[in-house]
This record gives sequence, structure tokens and C-alpha cells, in this order.
Amino acid sequence: MDLFQRTARQLHDMLVKKEISASEITAAVYQRIEEVEDKVKSYLTITREHAEAKARQVDEKIAAGEPIAPLAGIPVAVKDNMCTEGIRTSCASKILHNFIPPYTATAVSKLHNADMVLVGKTNMDEFAMGSSNENSGFHITRNPWDINRVPGGSSGGSAAAVAAGEAIVSLGSDTGGSIRQPAAFCGVVGMKPTYGGVSRYGLVAYASSLDQIGPFTKDVTDMAHMLNVICGHDPLDSTSANIRQPDFTQHLVNDIKGMKIGVPREYMADGIAPPVKERIKEAIKKLTELGAYVEETNMPHTEFAMPAYYLIATAEASSNLARYDGVRYGLRVEDARDLVDMFMRSRSQGFGDEVKRRIMLGTYSLSAGYYDAYYLKALKVRTLIKQDFDKAFEKYDVLLSPTSPSTAFKIGEMVDDPIQMYLQDVCTIPVNLAGIPALSMPCGLADNLPVGLQLMGKAFAEGTLLRVAYTLEQNTDFTGLRPVIGGGAQ
Amino acid sequence: MISKQDVEHVALLARLELSEEERELYTRQLNKILDAARALQELNTDGVPPTAHVLPIQNVFREDRAGEHMDPEKALANAPDREENFFKVPKIV
Repeated sequence: MDLFQRTARQLHDMLVKKEISASEITAAVYQRIEEVEDKVKSYLTITREHAEAKARQVDEKIAAGEPIAPLAGIPVAVKDNMCTEGIRTSCASKILHNFIPPYTATAVSKLHNADMVLVGKTNMDEFAMGSSNENSGFHITRNPWDINRVPGGSSGGSAAAVAAGEAIVSLGSDTGGSIRQPAAFCGVVGMKPTYGGVSRYGLVAYASSLDQIGPFTKDVTDMAHMLNVICGHDPLDSTSANIRQPDFTQHLVNDIKGMKIGVPREYMADGIAPPVKERIKEAIKKLTELGAYVEETNMPHTEFAMPAYYLIATAEASSNLARYDGVRYGLRVEDARDLVDMFMRSRSQGFGDEVKRRIMLGTYSLSAGYYDAYYLKALKVRTLIKQDFDKAFEKYDVLLSPTSPSTAFKIGEMVDDPIQMYLQDVCTIPVNLAGIPALSMPCGLADNLPVGLQLMGKAFAEGTLLRVAYTLEQNTDFTGLRPVIGGGAQ
Repeated sequence: MISKQDVEHVALLARLELSEEERELYTRQLNKILDAARALQELNTDGVPPTAHVLPIQNVFREDRAGEHMDPEKALANAPDREENFFKVPKIV
């Protein structure tokens, strides 16, 4: 097996046994990038010199007989909305095309401190607004399983990079499904941790009450290790939860006997493509065989999550994105008549279509006369959705659903209809509104494209999700499939 | 219904300069999106408190003491225009 196809933990074992060096792993990943990046286009920026220097440091530690961290020397890609000091951070937006942050996001600092090797910054929908990567201001990332299809979004570059072997693991961010849906489309494992579980310091804000950083990995074991690296309280983020961080690898237990799993009917409704439903039903059957107690349940407010989300997220976005004014950083037009003219023209040239649409919607729903009818109403509906989850978790350890209503769709298929595109997120959005953790893992193929299974848990019950996912993984071949770039599986 | 004039007004609030084409597109699309959002009106939310934030965090305090600050050169490194240690902008009035 090629090095780029291996998991982080397999590579760690090889490093410890001195069968390979960290520099060789890094070289193998860059070689893979040279081979497939033309087709997949996962990256916006490659940080090769930086990566090679870090890999050498890890090799020196090993040579000196020092113990190494569990993910030391592992190549990791980071979504381009996390600040990296000295390395361009564009959010895939023309308005930040030249922005070089003067500081590093806490989650990225934690990767550095764990001696992980930063391969590069990945493509995304501009400011994380989108479900397909087609809203990038620079280029479109392609799905490694079929390069005519989207990788999902908004963290499409991070998902595609791991699926294509252009990184071993990666970080994305999830505001309404932006980690889980691309993980599903690209056939990798992706998790949105509990809101407050990972520091948002240095994550460029889209919708601050919903945004959360999380990992993409090839398997559930790597996921537990990545959570160990990035989770934890951070005084620099006032919404960071001050709770004791468990060792997530303790939850990698191959046993779910007696566990109660609920399947909300609303998540298996008519809008879900039949082949997706089939794979989910097979997974449910497997879980039952493994000793879990699975039954259908109701989450009556689910259908209201999508409109509530788009009102709340865009309201927060319209406020967060007010900072892009051409004054302190980013794009500024030349020859402005006055300050307001500079604001308006810089923003209009710098922002793409979807970002403008969301700023407009958010500004409207917050404006005088409409606040109560739209924004405040949406916040109340958010409470009802959260209560649906609270009630369900009185009865169930986890909830299970498809991650996305379909497999990866074709590039261009939905760009003209924003609502159709927003409906892609129906299964993932409620989780962000409730702030709970959720994981997407592969559960087989439909027409040779990966299908994603979503597991949702109580706040700070990431461990329970890992346990169910790990048990499924150990008793199936769900996480073992890799794409042949351009078509097919291996 | 949102009119083209409403869209123009909102664009000004959001400091966005829209082309005639964009004004028409957003008028059409925002109406469609808000139609979908009106589904929320069906729900009775009397007595339901709003959730702006999921964590039970109220205020987060820290000690009031001076910490490290960013070097002005670093803070100004991305400035489109500057004068001494200030961000320079076009005339305001």
C-alpha cells in the first residue's frame, strides 16, 4: 500500500518502528499532490517548505530517541478560513486574496504543538457559504470519486484532499453541515464537535453561534486522535466550553450491545434518494445484529430547521462580514470618491454572488420592521428544535440518519436555484442549531459514489458517537474504500 | 413581497453596490427565500424563549491587566494604505 493511502495511526506505528521517516511521509504526500492535484484541485495554497522543515524536526526527535506525539509527522491540510501566521488565509474570497494573518488560529496552533505537518490550505465555498465548493472565488474542487461531481461544501477541499490522499487528515469547519456533507460525498469520516468544544479563535467568522471546527479522517481511530489534539478550553474564545477534556481514544470500543439508537422519521422522508435510504437501512440492520436497540422516532420540528437556519446564519453573517471594508486589510478599490464609495465598491468587487445574497438576506431580516417576524421568530424555532433533541436524548444514546439526501451531485446542477442548494443541508442543519456533536461516516456506495451515515449525540457525548462508529467500522468495510481518481473504487 | 426599491435600500444598509442585473436577481431570489421562511409563521411560538446561543455561558470575565500587544508593524502589514502608525482612508466629509 502506498504511504498516502495509510491512516495516521498506521503511519505513526511505522515511524515509531523506524520503518519510514516523517520526511518520507511528507514527500509521498507531495508526490501524490503532483500526480492528482490537476484533477482534484483541493488546495488554494501549498506550504511545502514549511512542511518539510517540520517533518525534519520530527525526524530529529526520533533520531535523538525522544518520544513523539501520537500524530507527530502526520501531514494535515487546513481549510483556508483558519488563520495561519505568515501564510495567506483567503476564505476563498477575492476580498481576502492578499490577506496574510499576523496570528494563528488556536486549532492550528494545536496541530503545530502536536508536531503535525501542515501540507497546505484547502479550497472552500467563499466564507464557508455553500454546499458544493462552486462558490469559491478561485476555482472549483472536484470530487475524487468522479471529477465531474462536486466534493460537497463548504469544506470540500479538506474532504477531497483526504479522500484523494493529498493529506492524511484535515481540518474543516461546520456551520450547517460543512464538514459532514463533504465527508459523506467524498467517502471519509468527518465530525462536527459540540459547539464550544474546539476554540474558534482565528476561525474567520461566518455565523458565530453555529460555527465549529472539526476533523476529516480516513477512519474512526484517527478521528479520536484528532479530537484529542484540537479539543479543549481556550481563554481566547469566550464561547469556548470550560470542561475537562476526555481521552477520546478510550471510546474506541467494539461493543454497542444494549445501546439505544433512534432514527427520526423526518430524516428518512420522501426527499431522501432511494439508494441512500437503502444503504442507511443496511447499516441499521448491521447495528441491530451487533446488539443495538434501534427504533423509529419523531422530531416534529425538523422541517422548520432549514428556514430558521438561513435566517439566523445570514443575520449573523451580515454582521460578521461588515468588517470587510477595505480599511485594515483585504481588497480596496482605487480612486474612491469618498469613504462610503470605497466601502461599497470594495465590497461589491470583493464578494461573490452567494456571499452578497446572504448578506442581503441577513441585513433584511435584521432591519427595522422585520426583526420580530423573521430573526426573532427563527430564534424561537431554534428553541423548539433544540427541545426536540433534548427529548429524543432522554430516550436514545444516539440518533441516526443519512448525512445528505443524495450522493455527490454534478457540477453546475444546482447553481441557479439557491433553495434547491439549501435543501442539501436538511439533515445536517438541525445539529448546528442545537449545538450538539455529529459525525458522518461512509456506509457503502450507491452508483459507485459514497453514501454518508450521520450519528448525532448529546452535547459533549462525542465519545458515544465514536463508539458506535468504531463498532460499525470494525464489523464492516465501510471506511476502507478509496477512490481511483477519475472514476471507480479500490 | 420585497420590491426592487427594498432591495436597493437593504443594499445601501449592507454597503453593497449592486448592478441593475443583480438588483433584479436578488429581488426575485430573496422573495423566493422569504416565501420559504414564512413557513415559520405557521408555528405557534407563544411563550417560547428565543435561543441566541446554545451554551449556558453568561459573561466570561478575565483579570483586568495589561498583556502582550501586537507590534504595530505587524498589525499594519495588511493595510491597503497607511500613514505612520495609522490606517489611511479616503476623505470622510
